[in-house]
Amino acid sequence: MRCQRCDKPATFHITELTGGKPVELHLCEDHAREYLTQAGNEPASAGSMTALLAQQMAKQLALGQTAEELAELDQQVCPYCGISFYEFRSQGRLGCPYDYVVFEKELQPLLLNIHGETQHRGKRPSHSVELSRKHTELIRYRRQLQEAVQEENYELASRLRDKIRDIEESSS
Amino acid sequence: MTSKNPPPNESVLDLARELEQLIRSRGEWLKGSGPESDIVISTRIRLARNLASYPFRSRASDTDRQRIQQILKEAIFQDADASQFIYVDLESLEALDRQLLVERQLVSRELAEGQGPRSAVIDRGERFSFMINEEDHLRIMGMASGLNLEEVWQRVSQWDDRIEQRVVYAFDERLGYLTACPTNVGTGIRVSVMLHLPALVLTRQIEKIFRSLQKLDLAVRGLYGEGSQAMGDFYQISNQVTLGQSEQEIMKKVADIIPAIIDYERKARELLVRENLRNLHDRISRAFGILRTAQTISSEETMHLLSSVRMGIHLGLIKEIGILEINDLFLQTQPAHLQKLAGTELDQTDRDIERARFLRRHLNKEDGSQTAPGGSASG
Repeated sequence: MRCQRCDKPATFHITELTGGKPVELHLCEDHAREYLTQAGNEPASAGSMTALLAQQMAKQLALGQTAEELAELDQQVCPYCGISFYEFRSQGRLGCPYDYVVFEKELQPLLLNIHGETQHRGKRPSHSVELSRKHTELIRYRRQLQEAVQEENYELASRLRDKIRDIEESSS
Repeated sequence: MTSKNPPPNESVLDLARELEQLIRSRGEWLKGSGPESDIVISTRIRLARNLASYPFRSRASDTDRQRIQQILKEAIFQDADASQFIYVDLESLEALDRQLLVERQLVSRELAEGQGPRSAVIDRGERFSFMINEEDHLRIMGMASGLNLEEVWQRVSQWDDRIEQRVVYAFDERLGYLTACPTNVGTGIRVSVMLHLPALVLTRQIEKIFRSLQKLDLAVRGLYGEGSQAMGDFYQISNQVTLGQSEQEIMKKVADIIPAIIDYERKARELLVRENLRNLHDRISRAFGILRTAQTISSEETMHLLSSVRMGIHLGLIKEIGILEINDLFLQTQPAHLQKLAGTELDQTDRDIERARFLRRHLNKEDGSQTAPGGSASG
């Protein structure tokens, strides 16, 4: 199938549901990007505009995949916070700092689209990146602890409590 | 970690008194002072930050959010002069008071209308505020009258440094500060300058300017209003990109474009004066006339007319009233302010009547009631 706006093959198949009845669009990557960016330009507030853009981009992320690939991708879950890729791309908001690691491959093109860059420049905290990473592990341990308690696995729960305490104490 | 200086206003009564004082004071961003203040209303900068050890809002439980709130509250109050702040628990605050804070731009609509544990710490002088448990765990916001990027940045950045001594932020070597929405990742900074552009709206040049700004990756939005037609002709220009550029570069990008827009607005005003003075004067005088005599008036119409009068003052066409009084009226005629000043909750019909009465009282000199901001003449 050809792109509806040029001669390139259509790789993006978008069904627009905002109007009265669904409209099918078949576009090449360039025109799909243009379409999604334009659609994101309409809302009033700067915050909601970029947020919507992110949301649409996040939805778009999955559009290049086959149905099976997409289903598989959607089920990918962050081991720290438990958010699925499907949840992220439907709400445009991530669940925890570790999502940037888990969904790195999918986020990369999205970040490039929004910012045109993928390397931070500017301010940084005085504490180390390592400390930040360690603290984010607490999200996983706390979740595991909750599960262990529910399963009455007290041995595991006690080990997790120690781990959590170690991290918390190492930074104070 | 315990706070040496607990928040001063823990009781409900204290908070009511604090908010009462706030209404009767003049918000920093409406002081009408500072460089280019005839056109530049205010400068705002916000930083988005998250604690490394808790999920973002979409995955945080109420218990998580209570802990986040406690940690950040203590980090802010530690070593700070607690009497400088008002601590507001948004979860338990009345809807009208929440709306009041939104109208004063001290908290976002999203925080005010959200759910679950969330709060704000507000500087009494309204030069900065913190939002806890908004989209990100922490939003540090600084504001000033007129064009004042460097000063606001210093203030916001210092608070960021201070808080960071007490907490561990989510930070990545490559992606910088990690945020709930990928649009804020990196610096987490949003730099906004609010402009009053009535002549560009009147001469229909505003759309052209918007389009050129969008090409520069800058966002434009109207204040209060929805869509591109801003209420009161107030427009906010802000950066879109937060990753890959330093805070200074981002600020410079916004700062560089402002003089050009100011220049366009001045030229548009000059053109109106030169080529259409009678019509312009008529329009402004009629606006003033309606505001001084109307018996019932909506918030939208009030903003629209006040905008004309504001321009009239700067063009020397209206001399009966000063710019500060007009700036105050923009805020005090907003729904929540109006009701708080009247001391009672009002439905829309009654609000429009009360608004007209309020305007008549403040704009007609013979009543002698246009002296103090906030007006002792309320109620």
